Amino acid sequence: MDKRVEKNKHTLHDLYAAMTHDLHWETTYQPMDKVFPHDRYEGIKVHDWEKWQDPFRLTSDAYWKFQGEKEKRLYAVVDAFAQNNGQLGVSDGRYVNLLKLFIQAITPNEYYAHRSFAQVGRSLRGDALRIATQMKSADELRHFQNQTHAISNFNKYFNGMHHAPQWFDHAWYLSVSKSFAEDAFSAGPFERLIGLSFGFDDLLTRPLFASLMSAVAHNGDLSAVSVGFTAQSDTSRHMTMGQEAVKFLLQQDAANLTIIQRWIDKWFWRSYRLMTFAAMMQDYMVPKRMMSWKEGWDMFVQKPGEALFAELAQLGLRKPKGWEQACDGKHHISHQAWNAYYGFGHTLAFHTWVPEIAELDWLSQKYPDSFDRWYRPRLEHYAQLHAAGQRLNNQSVPMQCQTCQFPLIFTEQGSGRWTAYRETQHAGETFHFCSDHCEEIFSNEPEKYSQANLASHQILQGQCYNAGVQENTAGFDRQAAVLDFCQIVQGHDNGDFKNSEDALNFENWGAGQDPQEAQL
Amino acid sequence: MSVAAIGSYEHSTHDAVKNFAHPLLYVAWDEHMIFSAPCCVTISLSTSLEDVVQKILPELYGQHPQFKNINWARVQWFKSATMFTPNMTASLAEHGFTHKSVLRFRTPGLEGIRGSCG
Repeated sequence: MDKRVEKNKHTLHDLYAAMTHDLHWETTYQPMDKVFPHDRYEGIKVHDWEKWQDPFRLTSDAYWKFQGEKEKRLYAVVDAFAQNNGQLGVSDGRYVNLLKLFIQAITPNEYYAHRSFAQVGRSLRGDALRIATQMKSADELRHFQNQTHAISNFNKYFNGMHHAPQWFDHAWYLSVSKSFAEDAFSAGPFERLIGLSFGFDDLLTRPLFASLMSAVAHNGDLSAVSVGFTAQSDTSRHMTMGQEAVKFLLQQDAANLTIIQRWIDKWFWRSYRLMTFAAMMQDYMVPKRMMSWKEGWDMFVQKPGEALFAELAQLGLRKPKGWEQACDGKHHISHQAWNAYYGFGHTLAFHTWVPEIAELDWLSQKYPDSFDRWYRPRLEHYAQLHAAGQRLNNQSVPMQCQTCQFPLIFTEQGSGRWTAYRETQHAGETFHFCSDHCEEIFSNEPEKYSQANLASHQILQGQCYNAGVQENTAGFDRQAAVLDFCQIVQGHDNGDFKNSEDALNFENWGAGQDPQEAQL
Repeated sequence: MSVAAIGSYEHSTHDAVKNFAHPLLYVAWDEHMIFSAPCCVTISLSTSLEDVVQKILPELYGQHPQFKNINWARVQWFKSATMFTPNMTASLAEHGFTHKSVLRFRTPGLEGIRGSCG
């Protein structure tokens, strides 16, 4: 009789050690510093990579198994949604504009994150962390693909999605998102790790996955919400990795503290500015409302953030420098952003509109300290213009912050009255900012941020026209020429939602939720 | 501080004055935020303040219902955060404006739609 082969029973701990730390070797043909040339120049010191422990103890074999299961479940829903014409069952045609902005501004960032973390994985000589970041890189690629697949069903029926990657590269209002992605991508591996995993994932993605995704479900988009949920379990892992990375690096060397704190200050503020898009989606682009941006901020950012930094204080960390301003901004930023994009609505690749009266009332109730005082009167003015057959269209190109690239739409802390301006000089040139924190990010690395490609300036330099287009010809229309260059179709992709092709189609298809049924 | 890099860090900026047909000027009407952000224009610095008022501002801000009510004799002028006394026939250069300066004006008594700074 054959001898039975004893199965090796590894504990999770053994398996993790075997599949991560045990894979390491010191190179002999080339010095380690030449093989890993990027993990020392930022000034971070690591003395013992063996101390890195992934809290999930995830190994590659388990990773692919889990992710494969999640993909199967997700695509069952996405396919069913498409086959059952799910796009007709969303609450209101305006909702689709949320998906447009998502695939224009957020989805390309997932792809950048995938590339960013692939390079973090290649750059670090600590094997276990290298494996964890490679999984994160694969996660981000998966999120990019999932979002693209889910939204592609809507692309068959609606405008405003057909050239999203080109718009990410060229449309002026998306440079906010592109500059964020490229800022991370051009940073060193440790900054990328801390900036994206901790600054963005850990501190600021909860409103996206909790409050915004609930609203997406509430508006009948089961496809997008499934994409959100499948990504959420990955992001939970990324958040934990971000916290562990911070703790690991702080424990490795006391000199790491000032560097890590500077990155937390920077990436909290960069991420906070980027989340202005989410704030606007939540308060203005979700037709059936659940929770305001401010409520989501209180519950998912401010409260857990206070608790987290109380815990991290024992390691010497303090809250990010922009914390107070960001918490004050919860009363304002969604309104300031919608006001800006409404005014530039003829230059975008999504539709804007004036909220209906019941929606204005909801905003008044949710924002008692700011909405009626500062923001409702201007929206009511736009409604009056509509009633007279007119619409506000900003005729200029907006002044942008050199760091975050938002137009200067934000006001000083505590008030909606005064636009915040900051400026500084570098190498004989003046640079302008939206806030103290964007100015400080610039001043820490002026060589980097002085190279920013600001869309408004590029337009005025004549860089945003198709080949052969000349400014000095009769009947030249700068705005039309720039939209052509970006492949945004004037009158189809942009302008007011009312009477748009999307609105008329949605109505003709008999789409939208029955209001009585929707109340159930 | 300067940028951390693995070698020498060569770079160039995109917004030097030579890259524009005319210098860049940022213009803002304080407390009127239906326009949401200051505007970028390119303009010869030999342009007089009078010409800015007559030719540039109506195009940028004429859509605002309060624009026609501005009493230009009472307008307060700022270069960035610093108030200056205007000489309407003097040029922007004579007022100290250079490439990428900010020209702001404030209209006391006119503070946006229903006083909301909109």
